[in-house]
Amino acid sequence: MAETESYPPIDPTNFDLIVVGTGLPESIIAAAASAAGKTVLHLDHNPFYGSHYSSLTLQDLTSFLRSHSEIPKINPPQSDDTTTLDVNPRPLYSDVEISSYDDSLEEHSRKFNLDLAGPRVLFCADSAVNLLLKSSANQYVEFKNIDASYIGDGNGNLMNVPDSKSAVFKDKTMKYSEKNQLNSFFKLVQGHLEAVKSVDVAVDDEKIISDEDLESPFVVFLDKMKLPPKIKSIILYAIAMVDYDQDAGESCKDILKTKDGIDRLALYHSSVGRFPNALGALIYPIYGQGELPQAFCRRAAVKGCLYVLRMPVISVHLNKDNGNYKGVKLVSGQELTSDKLVMDPSFTITSSNSPSNVSKLARGICITNSALKPDISSCLVIYPPRSLYPDQATSIRVLQLGSSLAVSPSGKFVFYISVVCDNALEGKKSLQAAIDDLFSLHSDESESKELKPTLLWSALYIQDLIEGSVGPVVMTPTPDGNLNYNDLLDATSKLFKKLYPDDEFFPETSNTDSSDKLEDDSEVVLDS
Amino acid sequence: MHGRPRKSATPVDENASALKAAKIRSLQTQFLQNHHNNIYTKEALELNAKLLEINPEFMTAWNYRKLAFEHNISSQSEVEKADSDHVKSIIDEELRVVENALRKNFKSYGAWDHRKWVVSKGNSSTERELKLLNLFQKQDTRNFHAWNYRRFIAGLKNISDEKELQFTTDMINDNFSNYSAWHNRSVLLTHLLEKKVEGYFPKEIFLTEEYEFVRNAVFTDPDDQSGWFYHLWLLDQTVKVDMPIMVSSWPPCGSDINLPIANKVTFPIVLYFNETVKGLNSHTVTVETESDVSKDITWSPLSTNKFGCGQAWVRHLSIPHEELNSSKTYEVKIRSEDSQGITSLSGVPCSQPWSFAFRVSVCHDLQPDEGKSFGRITFTDESFCTIDTSLKSIQLFKSYFEVTKSDDEHPTSSKWKLEMIASEIAQYQELLTWAECKIGKLTLARLLMAHDAMMSTGTSITHAEEVLELYSELMKLDPSHYQYYKNEHSLVLLKQMTSCIESLLKYCWQYKESNSLNITGSICLRLNSLSLSRIGSFERLLWVQSLDLSHNQLHSIEGLEALQLLSCLNLSHNKLASFTALEPLRFLKSLKVLNVSHNEIGAHTVDTRRYLCSSPMSHTLSYDPNFEEFANGDDAKLVNFWEAYSIFGGLNLMQLDIVGNVVVDERFVLFLFKLLPQLKWLDGEELH
Repeated sequence: MAETESYPPIDPTNFDLIVVGTGLPESIIAAAASAAGKTVLHLDHNPFYGSHYSSLTLQDLTSFLRSHSEIPKINPPQSDDTTTLDVNPRPLYSDVEISSYDDSLEEHSRKFNLDLAGPRVLFCADSAVNLLLKSSANQYVEFKNIDASYIGDGNGNLMNVPDSKSAVFKDKTMKYSEKNQLNSFFKLVQGHLEAVKSVDVAVDDEKIISDEDLESPFVVFLDKMKLPPKIKSIILYAIAMVDYDQDAGESCKDILKTKDGIDRLALYHSSVGRFPNALGALIYPIYGQGELPQAFCRRAAVKGCLYVLRMPVISVHLNKDNGNYKGVKLVSGQELTSDKLVMDPSFTITSSNSPSNVSKLARGICITNSALKPDISSCLVIYPPRSLYPDQATSIRVLQLGSSLAVSPSGKFVFYISVVCDNALEGKKSLQAAIDDLFSLHSDESESKELKPTLLWSALYIQDLIEGSVGPVVMTPTPDGNLNYNDLLDATSKLFKKLYPDDEFFPETSNTDSSDKLEDDSEVVLDS
Repeated sequence: MHGRPRKSATPVDENASALKAAKIRSLQTQFLQNHHNNIYTKEALELNAKLLEINPEFMTAWNYRKLAFEHNISSQSEVEKADSDHVKSIIDEELRVVENALRKNFKSYGAWDHRKWVVSKGNSSTERELKLLNLFQKQDTRNFHAWNYRRFIAGLKNISDEKELQFTTDMINDNFSNYSAWHNRSVLLTHLLEKKVEGYFPKEIFLTEEYEFVRNAVFTDPDDQSGWFYHLWLLDQTVKVDMPIMVSSWPPCGSDINLPIANKVTFPIVLYFNETVKGLNSHTVTVETESDVSKDITWSPLSTNKFGCGQAWVRHLSIPHEELNSSKTYEVKIRSEDSQGITSLSGVPCSQPWSFAFRVSVCHDLQPDEGKSFGRITFTDESFCTIDTSLKSIQLFKSYFEVTKSDDEHPTSSKWKLEMIASEIAQYQELLTWAECKIGKLTLARLLMAHDAMMSTGTSITHAEEVLELYSELMKLDPSHYQYYKNEHSLVLLKQMTSCIESLLKYCWQYKESNSLNITGSICLRLNSLSLSRIGSFERLLWVQSLDLSHNQLHSIEGLEALQLLSCLNLSHNKLASFTALEPLRFLKSLKVLNVSHNEIGAHTVDTRRYLCSSPMSHTLSYDPNFEEFANGDDAKLVNFWEAYSIFGGLNLMQLDIVGNVVVDERFVLFLFKLLPQLKWLDGEELH
């Protein structure tokens, strides 16, 4: 048992909380619990931080996807003791398809920091940024602006998303009338938000959008405002980041209400200009998304949380009398006890029935040798529903990142694509349609495709979407299909409330050392 | 900074400000002591710096620093003089003090001014100034002090206008709601235009680009005024005629005029320009005629200002009495001799030479019966009948409507202008179909008028109805600027009415009975009850002798002085609020009949409603010392009528109606009797 020897013993053996997996929700819970004064042990069976939220080298990513897509051999129960439940891996990924058209990439494998859960960005004014500031985790991570945002028409053309007054002004493709309509709508929303905030209700009453309108579907409201399809599409899919085709009527799975649409617009607009060095609304962490869980882990460690990587948990012990959770057994054989247990969704414990009909998400990672537009190192591309093929039911988002974000060697660009889907076939079809529109294949010699970046490598995979749950143990959610972290953070803070109803989710710290970090630097330093 | 709400002071704030005041007071006392005793030591300067840091608005403190600076530079020792760092350190200290003051209030005039003063002494890095500016202009992009200073530094550093233009483009791209940036753009482009820099000449190319650039702003947010202001500047650059032109005259070119016989036959020659000009004299404009016609001294401007300039200029010719019986015809030729000498107010010369001729003869059949009593002239409808179009006198004013095709020097340029304006009109007409926008309507009205002005070479005004409609809407939409729209509306209406002879004839009436005052006929131009608040289009009206403007809303009759032939004028039932508003009448030497009844003269002690008076100091109307003599011995209250004295005193009025004004009382009537002994009728009563 030489292997077992290498696992170090953990001391002490009793904790308030044991967290398994270092994905973002787990890391935040660990940091929040530590900040609330709990004793926390944070374990991960991987040799790296981040679990499904990590950023990996080319090689590591490939092997991670492969290993997490295999149907695991379920070990026969070690004992028939009902108080001991085996922990088994759950494959989150399926239909993994990795294609390489350029062998030289392997040499640079370590220069890549590829996100497992891309594309994902932060809005400067969103709750992830607020949480980073509130928890002081912001000091461990730096961001850069996403340079541009485009909407694809499906014919290889990318148009700027006119997302603010000045962007509308600068836009070269819109008609003058469209400029007026779009900015008028921005002003209408702004007027509404200001009127709602205003103390003096009577004055601004007429600017407030009626409750009836607020409860109606956003798309109906946009129609009522007589916005043409092009403008509607920009607002819905490129600013409010809606997934499903809102014009599909009854068959649409998720209709956005006007009030939520307005909130999303407000989030977008308050993001523009929140930080002096961030010109647009979106930012991305340098070295990849995996920096975020690490930042929270470091925050937790500062507050006394104990970290052990490469340490699988093999079983969970329940209390004989009431069936409540009691402790875990590690692969080293050591048994630990704690009041609570949080686990990441890549595991199942035998007693829990894994839900059979889970939602799916198609993700793709592509590497190319050039950017979509010269001089634009990072950008977001949105394909609204029906833009790539007639029955495209959801919008497809693509995020291009370059070496300035330290996610790729210089001269190489990484693209993340995601789309929510009902099944692998549909998801893959969407990914492929976007890839065909954006890139040319290495083998493709035709002159006309010269302007498109050449695809060097791609990984397409389907990820299960599992929500967080509270049972004897708390299970955290898998990365969702959104562009930002808002829903994940909501879910995480709810889980924390379930765990510790009496504790605050990161207490407000009095330390507000908002020293002026106004430096002439393109890096965005988050600052409250 | 813009967009920050004001907060009311809390008791804590008030306490703090009381403490601050005490501190300032003590510092101020010490500082003033230093200042009076010319103490410029290091300690004294530090004290001053402290004071300025708290109160950067204290000009005396800045002036003291300038004195100290010069004192310390001039009194440095030989060793210090040799050390260039010493001067630099003094300058750096000044810049530091300014910077601290600007941190406190970056809109402090004194601080910016002091910085300019120091930097202009040389020896300091303009690079650093640009860096500082970038910081300030980032924090408040619209701060006009910073923009001002930027122009100063750009001039000092010889930064090219193109580079600065790019800076304004960047700033506007960032946020186009920035009047300072648009303004600087217009300043820079004016420079580039003047210097005819490559790429900016001919101006059509860049103007087209600028129209497109600013269109993005006004379409994106029509409620944002900054872009509209820039558009106004562009429109002005497009339509402005680069030089003054003589547009009209009395007598008109090629006309034959008959003068009635009198003791002395004198007649005016009026030249009317498209803008205010200066420099008319016997050298620049010559009058050629037979030797026996005497020409009085020189051209004089018809203007109520005293700067020797005017849009209309007059000169009188008289035919000697001994010639009167002959039926001789006099040929008169007027020619611009040195057209370079006639310039616009900005100094642009009138480079196109011009000349015209007319004939004068003395007319016997219209000889007035000297003995006949002067019958009262009324303006009631009953006095008039429709005009007989065969009248000889109509021929006279017809010449004002003959197409005077101007020889355009740059046909392509004018074609481009017309197309540019036409395309702008189409754009803004579209904008207004979905956006309710006041300034958009105003711009459209101005564009339409500009278009018509370019089109019409005297024919017709095609867009007048649309423009009138726009101004009417604006009067309702934007009541706070009602008077401006009303005035514009009036001017357009007059333009429309005078656009062609057919339309003008509708307003021309004929006296049923001829009377002694109708010199060249018996036509009266009746512009009554049209709701006019201003009058214009004088270039088409120089022939008018009898004018009815009653029942309008006139606040001003500015410009009326150009109508030198005017002998009967009805201004009753208007809103004229003071005698100063009647000032143009002083120039109307032929005026015999005047009706100013039912106005508001005397209702306002201070004349606030007079149209366009740049400064009371610029007016020719001033206290006439002769008035003392005139008023002497009479009721001391007559003193209040000195304005009326100045205006009516020089006129030879025979009929006056002034009833229905606040100023009129028994004493005023007595005053009038004394002032106007020749008066035959006053307020409808015959005087004996």
